Amino acid sequence: MEVIVHNYDTVIIGSGLAGLRAALETTATGSVAVLAKLYPTRCHSTAAQGGIAAALGNEEPDSPEWHFYDTVKGSDFLGDQDAIEVMCEDAVRTVVELEHMGVPFSRTPEGKIAQRRFGGHTREFGAAPVRRACYSADRTGHAIVFALYEQCMLKGVQFFSEFHVLDIVVEEGRCQGVIAMEIKTGKLHAFQAKATLVASGGYGRVFKTTSNALASTGDCLGMLFNRGLPLEDMEFFQFHPTGIYGLGILITEGARGEGGVLRNSKGERFMERYAPTIKDLAPRDMVSRAILTEIREGRGIDGRDYVYLDLTHVPRKNIEERLPEISSFCKIYLGIDPAEEPIPVLPTAHYAMGGIPTDVDGRVLRDEKGVTVEGLYAAGECACVSVHGANRLGCNSLLDTVVFGRRAGKAINKELNGLKQGSIKKELINQVFEEIDRLINSKGTEKIGKIRKQLQQKMMEHCSVFRTEEHLKMLIDELKDIKERYRDIGLKDTSGAFNTELLEAIELGHLITLSEVIAHSALRRTESRGAHYREDFPKRDDENWLKHTLAFKKSGAIEFAYKPVRITKFQPQERKY
Amino acid sequence: MKRYIFRIKRFNPETDQAPYWQNFEVKLEPMERLLDGLLRIKEEQDGSLTFRRSCAHGICGSCAMKINGRNRLACQTLIKDMPETVEIEPLEAYPVIKDLVVDMEPFFSKNEEVMPYLINNDPPPDRERLQSPDDQQRLVESITCIMCGSCTSACPVYWSDRQYLGPSALLKAFRFIFDTRDRATEERLKRIIHSHGLWRCHSIYNCVEVCPKEIDITSHIAALKRFALRNRLKP
Ligand SMILES: Cc1cc2nc3c(=O)[nH]c(=O)nc-3n(C[C@H](O)[C@H](O)[C@H](O)COP(=O)(O)OP(=O)(O)OC[C@H]3O[C@@H](n4cnc5c(N)ncnc54)[C@H](O)[C@@H]3O)c2cc1C
Ligand code: SF4
Ligand code: FES
Repeated sequence: MEVIVHNYDTVIIGSGLAGLRAALETTATGSVAVLAKLYPTRCHSTAAQGGIAAALGNEEPDSPEWHFYDTVKGSDFLGDQDAIEVMCEDAVRTVVELEHMGVPFSRTPEGKIAQRRFGGHTREFGAAPVRRACYSADRTGHAIVFALYEQCMLKGVQFFSEFHVLDIVVEEGRCQGVIAMEIKTGKLHAFQAKATLVASGGYGRVFKTTSNALASTGDCLGMLFNRGLPLEDMEFFQFHPTGIYGLGILITEGARGEGGVLRNSKGERFMERYAPTIKDLAPRDMVSRAILTEIREGRGIDGRDYVYLDLTHVPRKNIEERLPEISSFCKIYLGIDPAEEPIPVLPTAHYAMGGIPTDVDGRVLRDEKGVTVEGLYAAGECACVSVHGANRLGCNSLLDTVVFGRRAGKAINKELNGLKQGSIKKELINQVFEEIDRLINSKGTEKIGKIRKQLQQKMMEHCSVFRTEEHLKMLIDELKDIKERYRDIGLKDTSGAFNTELLEAIELGHLITLSEVIAHSALRRTESRGAHYREDFPKRDDENWLKHTLAFKKSGAIEFAYKPVRITKFQPQERKY
Repeated sequence: MKRYIFRIKRFNPETDQAPYWQNFEVKLEPMERLLDGLLRIKEEQDGSLTFRRSCAHGICGSCAMKINGRNRLACQTLIKDMPETVEIEPLEAYPVIKDLVVDMEPFFSKNEEVMPYLINNDPPPDRERLQSPDDQQRLVESITCIMCGSCTSACPVYWSDRQYLGPSALLKAFRFIFDTRDRATEERLKRIIHSHGLWRCHSIYNCVEVCPKEIDITSHIAALKRFALRNRLKP
């Protein structure tokens, strides 16, 4: 069996913003390979619409400290405050640096970077909304991805596009590198490295309705979990309030930042009741619950399961210049013009707060005591630093990817000299070969598409915005059944080249693993905090639950450990807006 | 739900001598996307049907293909706008890898030729470089490109000259030449003014017709031509 072996100083999995920013940083010190299962600019960071947060103060007074406070409060006090402070203090420098790299930000009349309002971002510790989101119309992610990718090209970063990582080799206490399939040929490659950075993005595809790409399947989290490494705070999954009804395609919070409001069947601006001070710009967990509460109480539009996002009073020019992309989505997918008609919306699974535990320099942690895994780093949505705690604020993720992508890169640069070249054993490669062989030749009766649908449906039904013990237990039973069925799949495509059916089968395996971790973590946490809302435990319980969950796979079962939240400046208080 | 026939051009390099057509029947709601149909066929009828996709809403650029004779994004094509039989083929002019998947390397490599990165070696200021809203607005269409490859694949000049830079790469050149912050105009103009470059464009407008982001590529190329003329750079 043929395998192509490569040796690099640093291997980066993922060409989203976190991976690209880390690549720019590490390329000065040694050889770098960036592997991505898609062509680099096809990563899901391109879908980010609304903006990136930084207290530039270009449109009105702002300060990194207010940003720090808002992020802590937004996180429902679960975010680690040392990490949040690092991020917010570095935000202004980060955005200025992005501008210098060529990001075509929208501008103020004086030519500075334009800023708009976004959910949960306020001035003076919650007094009123503040303009903190730096944007390029509603294509901010796309604009930043291209600028970073282009700078990578200028610096000669080596990309392996359409290379699907199948295993991250953690052995003998350290990371040795990764095993990947070249999709075009089906050939296996082993990338041995001193340092490996995981920047593989989110996993919204565990849910039926999501704003995430079909490729957002969390493969790398599944691999590390299977290797015995922990996953942190997996019960916290953010539902964005405004997905296009029936499709889940996102309408950015920037639409509300530009003046849009939510309305129920009576035409009432209902957020005034739930968050009297900042109303429609309350954090996402609250707005999503408010929408679903309106629907439950019979005030969905025409008694159905959606509400309206109303932009009809926003000047057409503002919509055309600042929200062109979402206007075009409305026209293409709904046949409506948002300047004339309200948009039917419903919460959509959007962002994973949980992930691979790391320290503030991207080093992956192997336990609750903070011991690191040599040679292994993570950054971006796949990682949990944790700056977002129980609920992420809008525009803080793009910031997170770039800040911590860079910091992980810097840590790698510093540590590279002390790291040995990784070495991947032949047996492990053979195991991967055998697994592929088994899948390609599997002649079971179950179809992966059907199992995936069932999984996504059940996760949506039992584990989305509202959760209860009863439902989570039902889900865990369903997951057992789904796992059984997964063992009996049959594939049709037996070819080596571009076998997407095989890759989807592997992705489905990881989706199932992650769903189990989410369900069990959620069942354990008997309180409500941020995006994790337990109807049977509707209060936040700081006495017992002001701590991070770590889930481990141990002899086939899931075991848990917990670690304290790092609180430096802001003591937990009731969260009101 | 309505019944549709998807007539798909298929090719597996490991087993097929030549491409062939295969029909699939699929039921779809009017507001569903052509991509939904392809996904359903892959899920329920033939797992080996191969195509690229990721974002499913016209932003990643993965799913460009020829649909009833015209390049489009499968995820941005609503089935209600299609006839009962839909013919689906890979993008023209790029080598086919498998079914609807083509080798995009010839397309991407053109992009790299135009130095697609901001170059400004002046010492950076402490804060952002200033740029007027009008100067930024001028770039808006050109930065909207998602690199789907539809334009170049539809370009008759590219059909006859595979070394031609093509609409998307020229659009990228515009994006940097007209960025007030960039300092490499001269070098970049050299990269686009040659016998397979800017002046090969004959304003046929096929690119504009197919661009899923509705970019008026030809007018951007025309602006580049005017700019080159002013700088006396006609070959
Ligand atoms: C619609 C939408 C709008 C958003 N808007 C905003 C916003 O306005 N502001 C904000 O701050 N945040 C926003 N977010 C969140 C933010 O965009 C994401 O959290 C962030 O971009 C994630 O970046 P990343 O680099 O971690 O991962 P991604 O950009 O998702 O990249 C992941 C990379 O990993 C690769 N990969 C994954 N698995 C494998 C594998 N097995 N083998 C090889 N490669 C692999 C992929 O190919 C890809 O290159 C939005 C999210 C969505 C979905
Ligand atoms: S210019 Fe339009 S058609 Fe061409 S690659 Fe860009 S988005 Fe696609
Ligand atoms: S799937 Fe991304 S453009 Fe169609």
